[in-house]
Amino acid sequence: MRERFTGARLFICPGYIKDMATFEKNLFDIGYMDTLALGTTGLHRLDPRAKLITTLIFVTMVVSLGKYEISMMVPFVIYPLAMIVSGELPFGYLFKKILLVAPFAILIGIFNPLLDRQALVQIGSMSISGGWISFFSIMIRFGLTVGAALVLISLTGFNSVCMGLEKLGVPRPFVVQLLFLYRYLFVLIDEASRMARARSLRAFGSGRMQFKIFVPLIGQLLLRTLDRAQRIHLAMCCRGFDGYISMNRTMKFGFKEIRFTLAWSLLFLCFRSHNIPLEMGELIGGYLR
Amino acid sequence: MHMADALISPAVGGVMWVASAGLIGYCSKKMKEEVDNSKIPLMGVIGAFIFAAQMINFTIPATGSSGHIGGGMILAILLGPNAAFLTMASVLTVQALFFADGGLLALGCNIFNLGFFPCFVAYPLIYKRIVGNNPSEKLIMTGAIIAAVVGLQLGAFFVVLETLVSGISSLPFGTFVLLVQPIHLAIGIVEGLATAAVVLFVWKSRPEILQPCVSLKAVNGYSIKGVLVGFVAATLVTGCTLSWFASAHPDGLEWAMFKTAGVEELAGPEDGVHSSLATLQEKIAFLPGYGFKSGETHSLEEEAQVWPAIDPGTSMSGLVGGLLTLCLTLLIGVVVKHRKAIV
Repeated sequence: MRERFTGARLFICPGYIKDMATFEKNLFDIGYMDTLALGTTGLHRLDPRAKLITTLIFVTMVVSLGKYEISMMVPFVIYPLAMIVSGELPFGYLFKKILLVAPFAILIGIFNPLLDRQALVQIGSMSISGGWISFFSIMIRFGLTVGAALVLISLTGFNSVCMGLEKLGVPRPFVVQLLFLYRYLFVLIDEASRMARARSLRAFGSGRMQFKIFVPLIGQLLLRTLDRAQRIHLAMCCRGFDGYISMNRTMKFGFKEIRFTLAWSLLFLCFRSHNIPLEMGELIGGYLR
Repeated sequence: MHMADALISPAVGGVMWVASAGLIGYCSKKMKEEVDNSKIPLMGVIGAFIFAAQMINFTIPATGSSGHIGGGMILAILLGPNAAFLTMASVLTVQALFFADGGLLALGCNIFNLGFFPCFVAYPLIYKRIVGNNPSEKLIMTGAIIAAVVGLQLGAFFVVLETLVSGISSLPFGTFVLLVQPIHLAIGIVEGLATAAVVLFVWKSRPEILQPCVSLKAVNGYSIKGVLVGFVAATLVTGCTLSWFASAHPDGLEWAMFKTAGVEELAGPEDGVHSSLATLQEKIAFLPGYGFKSGETHSLEEEAQVWPAIDPGTSMSGLVGGLLTLCLTLLIGVVVKHRKAIV
């Protein structure tokens, strides 16, 4: 799958240069997530609104848990996991993507163990400080929320998410803006990567971009972008553009969607109001005693 | 610079969502009123340009780091505040969904921090004032750099406020501000310099591109004043809403201090903290959609009681149960996957 996709969309230059690697990685990422959204499982076919609402409820529930909460967060893992498994998504790829953006959360979270040293949990003779507990809590909620967003987009695809947003009452100009942005993202990243590649080939692969070269490069890209926008507008006017993009696709919020949203929401509510792992642990502990 | 879901509370996320949604609604309405729809493809393509341009970095001499252009300011200069805000919001939405920069709940915060300040504060109040109606090289340079720096500083300050009010991070206000503001001063100067240089390049080669925003004002009688009044009002409303949390926050810190000070002391002064946290809870609770703050489950005050009272039994049960749940969840995953493979 990955091989085919790389071959279809990207041309990997034999002289492998650093800038290009990041460019093509980004392009590959966006394109790959959209390829995932072409799947045909029941979850893919579900109305985008159902998935959007459920994801939002999930994120709110996870984030609303207390600062020192870890055990109550664990059951929530089931949602992204279930989506990945029944939506046939590549677990390793999504996991890597989560790790890639983890540094920010680590950066802010790592101060908690340093500042908050009061022991909160005692396991045998080892005590764990509140700072560490809240740090792990931050990391888990980070994994869960980011995971849920990635799962949403790879099950639904960006265009469908936009249509769902419009049906949910997001102003039309904003939806049109999102669709346009997404449509031209590939074109412009391609264009920018061609320019960056041309520069680094002429600089004999030197990775350093000087400011005096950077400015005309970006300026030129901007001028090309503005020209392109004008050409697009003219072409669209020829085809009768009246300020809106008409989308001819019916969406139905039927029984399946209601069932999906309700069932998951109830489950989240249950996870949120009962500390299931603790209760289970106590039950087993009592049984053993 | 992007806020993450993991660091904010639902109340803060919700308030910022409402603020950003209101701004998006307002800007969309303004866009609809404009007769000229050539701006629609322009906004989309320029949004994509911002994406592409931010992937090209230049090296900063002698530091070993690199910089790129900032988004909000250049958009505001090219498109005017309304269109720029919508474009910035769309860029951040795509970043949140595809690159997991920020998150869904934090999207409101990010749109506000990175969109509102450059487009509706720094651009009209600083850049436009400095550059005026007859731009020159010097004026554009100064205006763009100062505006970029101020926009980013305000945004960074809001990141600090949002993080503190949420109370997930233990960083105290002073340390956090000292940590964040200087870094963003440096980033702001670099971004401002790059933005100014690119704008100058465009202005020199095709000066007519920077004209529309200026002439539009004269032709349509488009007044920046009305917009500003609206946004000052919106800011005040948001500010007041946030100040509920802010005023209650010192108590939150106090609470953290009690906790660090010792377990025994907690029993005495708990009442004051307890009640102030309870009022905070009440305030949060009437925000629609976040009704789980009823305090009967796991709210802050309960933790203050439950957690510091170290109970090895509870910890152990939590640990065993947690591991067990994780195993169960994984097991369900494996079973479903396996069943699928057979079918």
